[in-house]
Amino acid sequence: MILKTKLYGKSYQFDSVKQVLSKASELKSGDTMAGLAAESKLERIAAKVVLSDLTVNDITENPSVAYEKDAVTRLIMDDLDSEAFSKIKNWSIGELREWILDENTTSEMILKTSKGLTSENISAVSKLMGNMDLVYAGAKLKIKATCNTTIGGSNTIACRLQPNHPTDNIDGVIASTLEGLSFGSGDALLGLNPAVDTVDSTIAIWNIFQEIKEKLEIPTQTCVLSHVTTQMEALKTGATADLCFQSIAGTEKACAAFGINIEMLEEAQAAFLEHGTAKGKNVMYFETGQASELSSSAHYESDQVTMECRCYGLARHFNPFLVNTVVGFMGPEYIYDGKQLIRAGLEDVFNGHLHGLPMGCDVCYTNHMPADQNDSEVLAMLLAQAGCHYFMGVPQADDIMLMYQSTGFHDIATLRELTGKRPIPEFQKWLENYGFMQNGKLGPEAGNIDLLLEKL
Amino acid sequence: MKDITEKPMQQWISKDNKAEKALKRVKQNTTARIGIGRSGARYKTDAFLRFWADQSAASDAVFTEVTPETIVNLGLFEIKTKCRSKFEMITRPDWGRIIEKDQQQILKEKCVKDPDVQIYFGDGLSSPSISANAEDMLQVLKLGLEHEGLSVGTPFFVRYCRVNTARTIGPLLNAKVVCVLIGERPGMQTDESMSAYIAYKPHPQMLESEYTVVSNISRHGIAPVEAAAHIVELILKISKAKKSGISL
Repeated sequence: MILKTKLYGKSYQFDSVKQVLSKASELKSGDTMAGLAAESKLERIAAKVVLSDLTVNDITENPSVAYEKDAVTRLIMDDLDSEAFSKIKNWSIGELREWILDENTTSEMILKTSKGLTSENISAVSKLMGNMDLVYAGAKLKIKATCNTTIGGSNTIACRLQPNHPTDNIDGVIASTLEGLSFGSGDALLGLNPAVDTVDSTIAIWNIFQEIKEKLEIPTQTCVLSHVTTQMEALKTGATADLCFQSIAGTEKACAAFGINIEMLEEAQAAFLEHGTAKGKNVMYFETGQASELSSSAHYESDQVTMECRCYGLARHFNPFLVNTVVGFMGPEYIYDGKQLIRAGLEDVFNGHLHGLPMGCDVCYTNHMPADQNDSEVLAMLLAQAGCHYFMGVPQADDIMLMYQSTGFHDIATLRELTGKRPIPEFQKWLENYGFMQNGKLGPEAGNIDLLLEKL
Repeated sequence: MKDITEKPMQQWISKDNKAEKALKRVKQNTTARIGIGRSGARYKTDAFLRFWADQSAASDAVFTEVTPETIVNLGLFEIKTKCRSKFEMITRPDWGRIIEKDQQQILKEKCVKDPDVQIYFGDGLSSPSISANAEDMLQVLKLGLEHEGLSVGTPFFVRYCRVNTARTIGPLLNAKVVCVLIGERPGMQTDESMSAYIAYKPHPQMLESEYTVVSNISRHGIAPVEAAAHIVELILKISKAKKSGISL
């Protein structure tokens, strides 16, 4: 294993695989703050050159956190498909990249092989990809998952309808939900972030979502994004939903900062498979976002792309219906501006896809980032090309509870029109019956919530 | 003269909306931007411009500086954290809590020692929060606390300030209670909200949960005069209990 190279006659030497991965990462303010980023652009390229010659085996044998120290590492290693691994263990990361990009390499071949790749290997290959590589490679991956409906069919862009309200006011939540539905949002799920994380508020919103779904006969999924332990308590009362939500992180220690561990997630999955209302087998919904490990000082001197990949390594154990990277929520100390935001969004969605996950992206920014809606719109258009499974639908992109800007109902309709992609088929039929959608565009009744209100 | 930001978003309904009546009713329950119509799949011009006006105000609130005149007019003096610019302020939250020796010296020279309550202001993530709220807050807090027999230290302003400056400033001035009044991360509804972080004898190893917090102080949330009266009560309670935060 060689950890040094020369560029223009100057030598660059690295201490470890972990350091090569960190220094090869595209610039992020979080890696800089953590003291992990390359010190110059050329040093970054030197790290990429070294990385391109490391083998899959080199990186597998040097995980970011040791097997003995961390439950997430153990899960990723123990889940590894040894047959797939043995076929590619001697490939260099540079060769792996070219094989993925090759036009003769199919989605099926990639997804079979990636079962033998650790999350660090997947992080590594993304560091050798430009933004267009990430879109090009990601676009060919076809990944489906089934809850009540199936996400990831060819030619679809789905949407999570996110009708958040600063006090969880039921009538306010209903208002945003109906408006969103009438604009074609909500086929991935109706999913609310509660303002207060209590059993009562979880049950109240579960019930209203289930009622809307049943009375209006909407082919979709329901979920409240409270803590997994809150949802488990709510489930015990007899109330129910389709999907179980939890935010996850890439190390055992960072998961602990979220108040979770692997056993807890396994228990929740079993409970939702038994007591939830999902028809299919994919009942988990996870959210991630670069640098949550760093923010809880649980990153083990690893860069934020690699840590994010380990979230996907954890997620794939649970065959989730959805994984969502909330890419611009952490703040400018981790992802500084529009350029870093766009890069991070492309990395996360590709890396999630390469893990075999149905990936969505909350394309978003906070007001203390030097970024704005134009940056969001650029990233959303790129991700629509990259095969991103779903986006958030928020009234005019303004989340009045979480106080950040995401993507709007109008943006979802626009992305579908621009790419010729459609909602999940059953949901599209539902929209067309109301005249909310017609010929792949918004229909004459788009925005007319009267048509839904009269049935509630 | 026309000002598109005068009309509250809750009254904003697109003229050609088929469900105008229903929207008027449901919009009473939410400030979400619904019922705003469409042009193709995009926004109407007025809704588009209003969004950008609100977001730009929020962004400007973070990235503009509090002017030296504002500080002087409030009767305050100024110190800085380790950050040298707004860029460092937003990318290095760890530096935004550090008060270097020369700045500590200024505090030692200009401030009354051993106060019952030390109040200071910080720009945090909203500069307009200072000019919008500081004058009313300071007046009511000072009168209220002194009326209750508590001594109030010399107030000042910290540029590029994070809440955890209190961990250094509290022990430096030997204050029993520290109250940091700092600009909040702005949202689309208002760019001038301030929060109060109050701690009993703050120190470098204290926990985040030891702060008692009052947030959303602005003319759009809890009015500054009202908030200050509430904070006086909280400080009295904290002084008597000799603790703050969740254990209060």
